Amino acid sequence: MKKTVLVGALAVAGLSAGVAGAATLDDVKARGKLNCGANTGLVGFAAPNANGEWEGFDVAFCRAVAAAVLGDPTAVEFIPTTGKTRFTALASGEVDLLARNTTWTFTRDIDLKFEFVGVNYYDGQGFMVPKELGVSSAKELDGATVCIQTGTTTELNLADFFRANNISYEPVPVETDNEAQQQYLAGACDAYTTDASGLAAVRATFEAPGDHILLPEIISKEPLGPLVRHGDNDWGDIVRWTLNALISAEELGITSANIDELSSGTDNPEINRILGTEGSLGEMLGLDAEWAKRAIKAGGNYGELFEKNVGETTPIGLARGLNAQWTNGGLLYSPPFR
Amino acid sequence: MSNTHYVRSEMLSEQEPPAATTGAIGWVRENLFSSAFNSVVTLLALAFIYWLLAQALPWMVSPTWHASSLTECREIIAELGYGGACWGIIRERWLQFMFGFYPKELYWRVVLDFILLFVALAPVLFTHLPRKMLYFSAIYPFLMPWLLWGGTIWNPVMAALGFVIGYLASRHLAPVLGNLAATILAFVLPVIWWIFLSGPVADGIASVLPLAIQSVESRAFGGYMLSITIGVVAIALSLPIGILLALGRQSNLLIVRSLSVGFIEFIRGVPLITLLFVASTLLNIFMPPGTDFDIILRVIIMVTLFASAYMAEVIRGGLAALPRGQYEAADALGLDFWMAQRLIIMPQALKISIPGIVSTFIGVFKDTTLVSIIGLLDPLGLSRAILADAAWNGLVWEIYGFIAVMFFIFCFSMSRYSMYLERKLQTGHR
Repeated sequence: MKKTVLVGALAVAGLSAGVAGAATLDDVKARGKLNCGANTGLVGFAAPNANGEWEGFDVAFCRAVAAAVLGDPTAVEFIPTTGKTRFTALASGEVDLLARNTTWTFTRDIDLKFEFVGVNYYDGQGFMVPKELGVSSAKELDGATVCIQTGTTTELNLADFFRANNISYEPVPVETDNEAQQQYLAGACDAYTTDASGLAAVRATFEAPGDHILLPEIISKEPLGPLVRHGDNDWGDIVRWTLNALISAEELGITSANIDELSSGTDNPEINRILGTEGSLGEMLGLDAEWAKRAIKAGGNYGELFEKNVGETTPIGLARGLNAQWTNGGLLYSPPFR
Repeated sequence: MSNTHYVRSEMLSEQEPPAATTGAIGWVRENLFSSAFNSVVTLLALAFIYWLLAQALPWMVSPTWHASSLTECREIIAELGYGGACWGIIRERWLQFMFGFYPKELYWRVVLDFILLFVALAPVLFTHLPRKMLYFSAIYPFLMPWLLWGGTIWNPVMAALGFVIGYLASRHLAPVLGNLAATILAFVLPVIWWIFLSGPVADGIASVLPLAIQSVESRAFGGYMLSITIGVVAIALSLPIGILLALGRQSNLLIVRSLSVGFIEFIRGVPLITLLFVASTLLNIFMPPGTDFDIILRVIIMVTLFASAYMAEVIRGGLAALPRGQYEAADALGLDFWMAQRLIIMPQALKISIPGIVSTFIGVFKDTTLVSIIGLLDPLGLSRAILADAAWNGLVWEIYGFIAVMFFIFCFSMSRYSMYLERKLQTGHR
C-alpha cells in the first residue's frame, strides 16, 4: 500500500516536472515576472540594499535576462535560496533560472538534470592564512585546522587536495561566510578556504587586511554559472545567449553609454546583429529584435557589471584575472553572433 | 539573699530598631554582608559587574550611529581610541529588520495590523475589559491576513462565512437530525464551502463590487514582521487544535483516538526543520505544475501542526492532573460532553497547563527563526543578506545583539504575562 502511494506520487512528480519544463518562456511572459533563484547573501554577488532592492553580479545577470525577455530589468522576483534548497527550487519550477554562483560539475549537469548555460565567473578554491603562521604554500598546512563551508564543492576539493598531497588536516565546519570570518579571526582555525573571490572579499573587510595572505595554490576549478532545467532548450538558449551577448558586448566595445548611438547602425555587422539592426537573431530566439540591446542596457556589458559589483573600484577589489576577455589573456570567449 | 524584686510595672514604649538593621544599610547588611563568605561573594560579584560594564558600556555608546559603512565606523572608532560598536547598520537597516521587503508606502498596514492585534488580544488576555471587545477579537483573524496580503475583501469575508455556516449547522440541525449528525455536518459543511464554493462566490461578488486594497506578495514579507506573522498565527491556531487533539487522544472512539495519537506521535517524532523542508521543497514537486501554493502559508501550516502536537501533550498533562471526581461531577450534573468540557474540565485543565502552554508559545515563536534555512528572510536570514552588503560585511555583534534583544523583549513579555495569569487564576486549591 505504502509502496503504491510512493510510486504514484513519484509518477505525478515526474509528470509535473515534465510539464513544468515545457515552455518556461510562455510561463514567464504570462507571469510578467522572471523568478530568479538568488543567493541569500554573498558579498558582491547578491545582497539587498537599504531600499530592499537586490544588487550584485549574479543579480545583474537576472536583470539582464528579465530585460531581454520582458523588457523590464526590474521585472524579477528574487527568490533567495540556500545551498540546500537551490537545486530543488529549480527542479520543482519554483524558479525559472538559478544564478547563484553555482559550480558547473558533471554530476550537477547530468545527474541532477540541469543545464549550465555558460560561465559568468571563473573561480578557484584558495586558502587564506594569517601572516604570522609563517606558511607560504598550502602544502605546508600539514595538521592545520581549516574552516570550511559545509554542503559545497569546496569541502570535497579540500579532502581531495590533502589526500593527493598526503598531508592531514582537521576541518572546522561552518555554515555561512560570516561565521567563517568570525571563527577565522578568533583563531578557531589556522586557515580559511573557499573560492578565491570570496577570500578576497572577506579579507577586504578585515581591520588589518595586510596581516593575512592568500596562498598561491588554487586547488580547484570553480566555473560558476547560471543554470536552468533540462528539457526546455528554447529557454536555455535565451539565457545562454543573453550571457553571450553581455560578453560579446564587452569584446565589441558596446557599453551602456554608447549603446543608443551604436544601435542607429554601425559598420560592424556583428554589432548590428546583436543590437538587432541587422538580421533576425531575436526572432529565432522567440524574442523581438532588440532583446540583446535591452539586456546590455539593463546594467551594462560584462565588463561594466564586473567593475560595478566586484571589480577593483569596489571594496571587494577583484582583478579580472581569468575573467578577462580572451583577447586580454582571460577565458571569456563568446561564440559569434552570426 | 535579698528579697528585693524588680518588677516593671509599666510597659516600655516601642523603640526604633537599631539603625544598622533598617533602611538601605540594614538591607545591605542582611542580604549582602551577613557573613564573611557572603561579603567576599558580594565584593567579587560587584567587581565582576563593574568589569563587565566597563567593557560593555563604552562599546555600546560608541558614536557611530550615523556611519554609513563599516570602514566609516572604523575611522570613528580609531579616533575614539577604544573599541566601539558600529551602530550605523542598525540605523540604516532597522526598517528592513522590521518589515523585510514590504513596500515602504504600505508600512502603515503592518503597523496597524500589529496595533489591532493588541486590541484584539486585550479582551482575551485581561478579563476586566468590556466583553463587547470580543466581537472585534472574532473579526480580527479575518482582518489580519487581509491587511497583510491585501487583495479583495471578499476572500476573508467568505472564509468567515464558513465558520458561520458551521455554527448555524450545529445550532439548528441538531433538533432535526440529532446530535451526532449535526456535529459531523458542522465540520463537513464549512469544508465543502471553503473548498468548492467560497472561491467562485468571492470572485463573483468582487467582479460586481471590487472592494480591494493593493496586494502584496508573500516574498516581500521579511524581518520581524514575518516572525510575528508566523508566530502569532501558529500560536493562535495551535491552542484550539491542541485542545481538540488532546481530547481526541482521550476519546473512547477508536478512530478518533488512533488518528489523534498517530498525528501527535508522528509530528513529535520528526524535527521541525524536516517539516519545513517538506513545505519548501517536496510539496512543490508533488503539486501539479502552475499551482501557486504560497510559501509562507505552507510554512505557517507546518509550524502550526508542529506546535499543535506539542500543545496537545501539554494539555493532556493538564487533563490528567484533574481528579476523576471532576469528570464524574460533570456527568452527575447531566452535562453533555461539550458542556462538561467547556464549563468544568477545560477551565481547570488549562489553568494547570498555563506554564507549559506559554513555554510552548515561546518555543514556537523562537522556532520561527528556522525558516531562514529554507531561504525565507526572517531576522536571522535577513541578517545574512544584509551582511553580504559590501559596506557592512564583517559585522557580527551589533546585528546579532539587536536580534537577540528584540526576541528577548517578545519572549520575556509572554513569560511575564503567564505569571500574571497564574497569580490571577490562583484559587488556593493547592
